[in-house]
Amino acid sequence: MSANTAESWPLFEVFVRARRGLSHNHVGSLHAPDAEMALRNARDVYTRRQEGISIWVVPSAAITASSPEEKDPFFDPAADKIYRHPTFYDVPSGVQM
Amino acid sequence: MYPAAADLGDEAADKAADKAADKAADQAGHAAQDAARQARFDELIEADARIEPRDWMPDAYRKTLIRQIAQHAHSEIIGMQPEGNWLTRAPSLRRKAIAMAKVQDEAGHGLYLYSAAETLGASRDELLDALHAGRQKYSSIFNYPTLTWADMGAIGWLVDGAAIMNQVPLCRCSYGPYARAMVRVCKEESFHQRQGYEILYALSHGTPAQHDMAQDAVNRWWFPSLMMFGPPDADSSHTEQSMAWKIKRHTNDELRCKFVDMCVPQAEVLGLTLPDPELRWNAEAGHYDFAELDWDEFWAVVKGDGPCNRQRLSHRVSAHERGAWVREAAAAHAAKKADRDARAGAAA
Repeated sequence: MSANTAESWPLFEVFVRARRGLSHNHVGSLHAPDAEMALRNARDVYTRRQEGISIWVVPSAAITASSPEEKDPFFDPAADKIYRHPTFYDVPSGVQM
Repeated sequence: MYPAAADLGDEAADKAADKAADKAADQAGHAAQDAARQARFDELIEADARIEPRDWMPDAYRKTLIRQIAQHAHSEIIGMQPEGNWLTRAPSLRRKAIAMAKVQDEAGHGLYLYSAAETLGASRDELLDALHAGRQKYSSIFNYPTLTWADMGAIGWLVDGAAIMNQVPLCRCSYGPYARAMVRVCKEESFHQRQGYEILYALSHGTPAQHDMAQDAVNRWWFPSLMMFGPPDADSSHTEQSMAWKIKRHTNDELRCKFVDMCVPQAEVLGLTLPDPELRWNAEAGHYDFAELDWDEFWAVVKGDGPCNRQRLSHRVSAHERGAWVREAAAAHAAKKADRDARAGAAA
């Protein structure tokens, strides 16, 4: 009976904030019957050694990702705008900036 | 394209020809695309970059990783059993708390690894089924029994020590999710090795009977631990390809040799001897020489005839079956709650 198995439990992605001042980082994934259980499981699986002070769990199915196949065309537009970087600009020698 | 007068026979033939041409073009297109993807993959491997789940990868690379990560995950899960045996028999509350934390870590390591295998498209259920049906293996070391408390020490020092030696290079494995799981695992394993060493040190410096118990455990675990690195390089069917793919960074024999070099001075501090009369320093090689291992025993255990193979697997299957009601209850609770929340939402 597939309804009884972990397989029928959705997959959640787990994000942990290590400490105040840092953003949540992706640490892995796990299966759970619902979001509440996913949080409890995530605490046991990913923060046994005080690795975090806050956890997010997100159903993996809810994530929309860019495709690695499109990587080049998708990110290309940023490549020819070097004037967005401070090193593009000449600063007269001796000026402290 | 064709005048309306063209007869059907020709049209059908034309269509068939068109179709064949399309198919050939398609195949050529696919072949070109595959070649481009393969080239991109090779480039990433060459540059020592990581392959991530949604990247294209050769089927054989995917298959090899699933096999290796699944075997690794199964080893962590089965590895709870030999130590679980001593949870209720630990000699002090301190030792018991440590043993429980360690066994819980092993479960956690299994979960990190199953998750990594799932990013390759394997399903958790398929992996567990394959373990339960004996289609996928786990490390043979867990088919040896834990006869005394000193075995907890020998497992921590030698088995976890060998595991660390194997796993540290895997932190640089070319497959991103596996490498990241290994970073977590390695951080946690070092406590496992130290607690084992501490157990053996305490016993070795205790009463004569305790010292003998420690020595006996080392005698029994030493050779099986050396076998954890796998068959000799000459007989290792996967090593060459895995090294080309940068899944593996060192050969079995290299790691085994490094492990022996590390253990000899540690054994001296323990006041215990390693049970190999051929063990001696080879100044020319800069390594210890050691006896040829009993590979017939290794293959017999791999093939299912170790001291505990049947017991480990049947315990695993029974634990899974006995846990079914928990999984059912959690799923039923989640469904009921979702239903209640939906109705509350509709009412509001």
